Amino acid sequence: MSRMAATRDGYGQALLDLASNQKVVVLEADLGKSTKSLHFRKEYPERTVSCGIGEQNMLLTAAGLASSGYIPFASTFAIFTERAFEQMRNGVARPNLAVHLCGSHGGTHTGTDGSSAQSIEDLAIFRTLPNVIVLHPSDDVSTRVLTNQLAEMNQPSYTRTARNKTPVLYDGREEEVIIGKGITLKEGNDVAIIACGVMVSEAMKAAEQLAENGVAATVVDMHTIKPLDVQLVHKLAQSCGAIVTAEDHNIIGGLGGAVSEYLSSNIPIPLERVGVNDRFGESGQADEMLELMEISSPYIAEAALRAINRKK
Amino acid sequence: MSMSTSELKEIARKCRVEIVKMVYRAQAGHPGGSLSEIDLISALYGNYLRVKPNEPNWDDRDRFILSKGHASPGMYAILAEMGFISKEDLESYRVLGGICQGHVDMKWCPGVDFSAGSLGMGLSFGMGCAIAGRLSGSERNIFVMLGDGEIQEGSIWEAAMAAKHHELGNLKVILDRNRIQNDDFCVTQMRMFDIPAKWQSFGWDVMEIDGHDMDDVVRGLDFLVNNNDNPAILIANTIKGKGVSFMEDNPAFHGAAPNDEQFKLAMNELGEVMS
Ligand SMILES: Cc1ncc(C[n+]2csc(CCOP(=O)(O)OP(=O)(O)O)c2C)c(N)n1
Repeated sequence: MSRMAATRDGYGQALLDLASNQKVVVLEADLGKSTKSLHFRKEYPERTVSCGIGEQNMLLTAAGLASSGYIPFASTFAIFTERAFEQMRNGVARPNLAVHLCGSHGGTHTGTDGSSAQSIEDLAIFRTLPNVIVLHPSDDVSTRVLTNQLAEMNQPSYTRTARNKTPVLYDGREEEVIIGKGITLKEGNDVAIIACGVMVSEAMKAAEQLAENGVAATVVDMHTIKPLDVQLVHKLAQSCGAIVTAEDHNIIGGLGGAVSEYLSSNIPIPLERVGVNDRFGESGQADEMLELMEISSPYIAEAALRAINRKK
Repeated sequence: MSMSTSELKEIARKCRVEIVKMVYRAQAGHPGGSLSEIDLISALYGNYLRVKPNEPNWDDRDRFILSKGHASPGMYAILAEMGFISKEDLESYRVLGGICQGHVDMKWCPGVDFSAGSLGMGLSFGMGCAIAGRLSGSERNIFVMLGDGEIQEGSIWEAAMAAKHHELGNLKVILDRNRIQNDDFCVTQMRMFDIPAKWQSFGWDVMEIDGHDMDDVVRGLDFLVNNNDNPAILIANTIKGKGVSFMEDNPAFHGAAPNDEQFKLAMNELGEVMS
């Protein structure tokens, strides 16, 4: 069994890694225990700004810090980052201030808190903002690496992390993780499965199920939703001729949206999008949610077969 | 026909038992803020709220909006006690397909008037209900329960200002002032200084009570229902986790479930005989 971990723990680790840079400042909105910024707060209280339960205030405070030469990392639940969407749009993205916003507990996988806590639209909305990098890593190692890289970027970002543990993929493979570059985890020429976040390990399982039926699938971890690695998408379209996207997010506007926008304008091939089918979630355990939303590995495998059929 | 304070106390005790059972069974959820609010909620449903358990969507009912919707076990417990839902329904708390969703949800559970879970939204929603009541010539009251962490949200103060501007005397807030929020004590997270003075300065009528002294709670709710000219707020000083020793005043039990041993201890303290 591989090591299991939650991506939010990688975020907490990265903040500690970054602490030696005196310009790094952490902002919280009463969810530091959950997003894992609490470790930084414990070690560096003087560089941690508690904003109470006030996400809108937090985002613009971060913008002010960024405009004054600091590197702010602000976090709350993915769903509550949306409360500050217009602050992010007008106060952060428009002036292109390097504020790094992290939304934890993204997706239906977050579980029994129910629909009010299950963000299924965050990737879509933040992706529509010019200048904003959008990340959704699949394990704690890649989250840590990517968050460290963000500190070097001169533009704002949104990173979605997840609440629950999933298999770790990149122990000892840290150098493969680079913002803007999809990672090919498995190669096959019948179909390419492009996944993000908790769905990457589901995609790996789907590829195994497909292999049992003689279907060879490529699996890509597309941790960067924006800027999308279009060279890789293009190459996959050519080599496989059919693509499946898989995300714990509405099928509208997220990874599936990004990939279909590219394909339809540049290299139209069959695409099947696996995601939350434009509905809200509900209370349930993480694995039950993936079943209920019909996005777990068997659904990815089925979508792959549909995509392959459409090639003919 | 109103209940005595000792009858109300017994309702609250029974609700406390159900709250702890729900969170224990689910091994998730929010016991602290459910236990701090429950004396207030018990008295409100017991003696004040004009609702019909067998007709939960009765048009002219009073509304109760649990804005701090994570404290749902408290609401489910009283809804079961009043007969809106069954005791068996409580077992569906946080279970796939269950009507008792993690956060109270009007789409899922009879007797719930607001889909909560995101803090700072219920007072504005209550304002809409209050304006609707006035437009339709009804005397009904709108009660909104807020958490003290929750009032750090700016939207609360937008609503507070607007409710006074519109002279919504049918809008009544109960503030569960338990002094703890998610990560820590409120004083650590965001100092709020003089909360009664803040509401007063927004034009609200304010009364402060001990939210666990049932006589005081009754006096406070009397104040709210008899005050119909101006928006009014009852600031109830409470103890998070009230009634379960190891949860009391303990930030760790904002959103954590008791283990087996703690569960037995809690049942014991709440006077529940276990087989
Ligand atoms: C907008 C928003 N931000 C953050 C949260 C996460 N959260 C859930 S409960 C809570 C603390 C609430 O404290 P308080 O209002 O005092 O409630 P109580 O102590 O009565 O449980 C937080 C921050 C949320 N539900 N909504």
